Amino acid sequence: MSDVIVFEGVGKRYGKLEPLSDLSFTVAEGEVVALLGHNGAGKTTSMKLILGLIAASSGTVRTFGGDPFGANTDALRCQLGYLPENVSFYEQLSGREVLTYFARLKRTAPAQIGELLARVGLAAAANRRVKTYSKGMRQRLGLAQALLGRPRLVLLDEPTTGLDPAATRDFYAMVKELRDGGCAVLLSSHVLPGIEPYIDRALILGDGRPLALGSIAELRQEAALPLIIRATGAWPAEAWNGNCWEGAAVDLVYADTQRLELKVPAGDKMAVLRQLSSSAAVHDLELLPPTLESLYTHFSSYRQEAAA
Amino acid sequence: MNTIFIVAHKEFRDGLRNRWVLAISVMLGLLAIGIAYFGAAASGSVGFTSLPTTIVSLSSLAVFLIPLIALLLAYDAVVGEQQQGTLLLLLTYPLQRRELLLGKFLGHGLILAVATLLGFGVAGMVIAVSADTIEPAELFQSLGLFILSAILLGWVFVALAYLVSTVVVEKSRAAGLALLVWFAFVLVFDLILLALLIGADAATAGSWLPYLLLLNPADCFRLVNLTGFEAAQAYSGLMSIASEAIARPSLLLGALSLWIAAPLALAVWLFGRRQI
Repeated sequence: MSDVIVFEGVGKRYGKLEPLSDLSFTVAEGEVVALLGHNGAGKTTSMKLILGLIAASSGTVRTFGGDPFGANTDALRCQLGYLPENVSFYEQLSGREVLTYFARLKRTAPAQIGELLARVGLAAAANRRVKTYSKGMRQRLGLAQALLGRPRLVLLDEPTTGLDPAATRDFYAMVKELRDGGCAVLLSSHVLPGIEPYIDRALILGDGRPLALGSIAELRQEAALPLIIRATGAWPAEAWNGNCWEGAAVDLVYADTQRLELKVPAGDKMAVLRQLSSSAAVHDLELLPPTLESLYTHFSSYRQEAAA
Repeated sequence: MNTIFIVAHKEFRDGLRNRWVLAISVMLGLLAIGIAYFGAAASGSVGFTSLPTTIVSLSSLAVFLIPLIALLLAYDAVVGEQQQGTLLLLLTYPLQRRELLLGKFLGHGLILAVATLLGFGVAGMVIAVSADTIEPAELFQSLGLFILSAILLGWVFVALAYLVSTVVVEKSRAAGLALLVWFAFVLVFDLILLALLIGADAATAGSWLPYLLLLNPADCFRLVNLTGFEAAQAYSGLMSIASEAIARPSLLLGALSLWIAAPLALAVWLFGRRQI
């Protein structure tokens, strides 16, 4: 697999403001990478650098092996799709006309428009004016626009803001389709729940600095956050108090005669599970690994404290 | 070059779609017929009378309306696209900023040209048919020059509107600034010139003051249409200071063309440096 995006020590500076500093990462073909961070963390600045809308102040940016801000920008841009945050398109045109305009500008065949509209579920609304579209429909039109000309790299800036859960699920299903087709996808989000199954790696940014980069499993390992284990059953009071965990570092969150909640370091997970499952008093077990949201909170607060 | 035409085609179709072309043509046509008919009311009669009266009336209408229409049509060309998020998107497409702005100019320019030609053209035909005192051949010659200069005047203010649109960051400010531009060129400039004329030494003022008229595209337009007629002098007010030296249509149309090229070039340059 070749790298579609390469960042090497990239920084951007506007006078005294430094929205991005010393960022290095790569995105390979067929990979979905999420850029996570609060507002002003550098997500949009990173995207603009990849799109060649701005030039880096330091370091090098490469897309498809070329400089996105250089002379062959146009050739690179034909292979790239972008969905900006909050785009409302041309209200007086129909969905089909909007796509026709963008397809012409991208120098790509207008024959694909009907197929694209069907793919994002807008076939029935294709000839209606964009003015009458809901937020979800506009976002799907935006995605169709980003997919014009079979791009090899798609950038999605906060793609699911304002979408309901069903629309969000549909949206990520389409992202998965793209990845399976070998397209690299970079998406930025601060809406965290539910995106874990759809991303390969996450890059967590804070105040323009990279805080963590890796797959969810790698991030979990690095953060070493405890898992939560919940058990239900029937046992005498105080049954789980005291040192019955054979030396495992267990943190008792809640316990009564029917329910138990424990915080357990990842390394002691199996020991505790064995203990619980060997007891006849336990009827059910629930295992909750740290969510992306808790990882994000961990990395953004922990690293910022270290920097201060 | 192809990209410019794609943008222009879209802008022109927008103009047809939201009925700009229709609205401008109908308004200009009706007002032109009305004003030509009642233009001579001051002299005690109504109806289509002489050619100079008609052209003078039409140009005093156009000098107010055309700039206003052009500014309204084009003031949000850049800032409007930015506010709806499409500018950022367009700039990630394989097109140069220069191509985007020139394409828009071509589209808006065509909207204005078609509407002006339709509106004043139909008015001209109505006048030609109903006025028996006006020689059709003469009418069409004067009207042709009038329409040509009106289109150029419209393009000047489209270019000025782009300039406005590239220097502001909010649509509402662009609208305010566009109105200010209209006010300055259509009203304030002449008042200043009048003040200069009164203050200046009458003997020497005649040699340099007329050239100041070239600094205002609205005055250039007036001069093109007034100087052809002896009789028009009576109606032309400030225009009567224009000497023979500058009252040549070729010079005036050239000045108007320069007034299109300069603001447009400046707008393209500023747009290229604009922070997105």
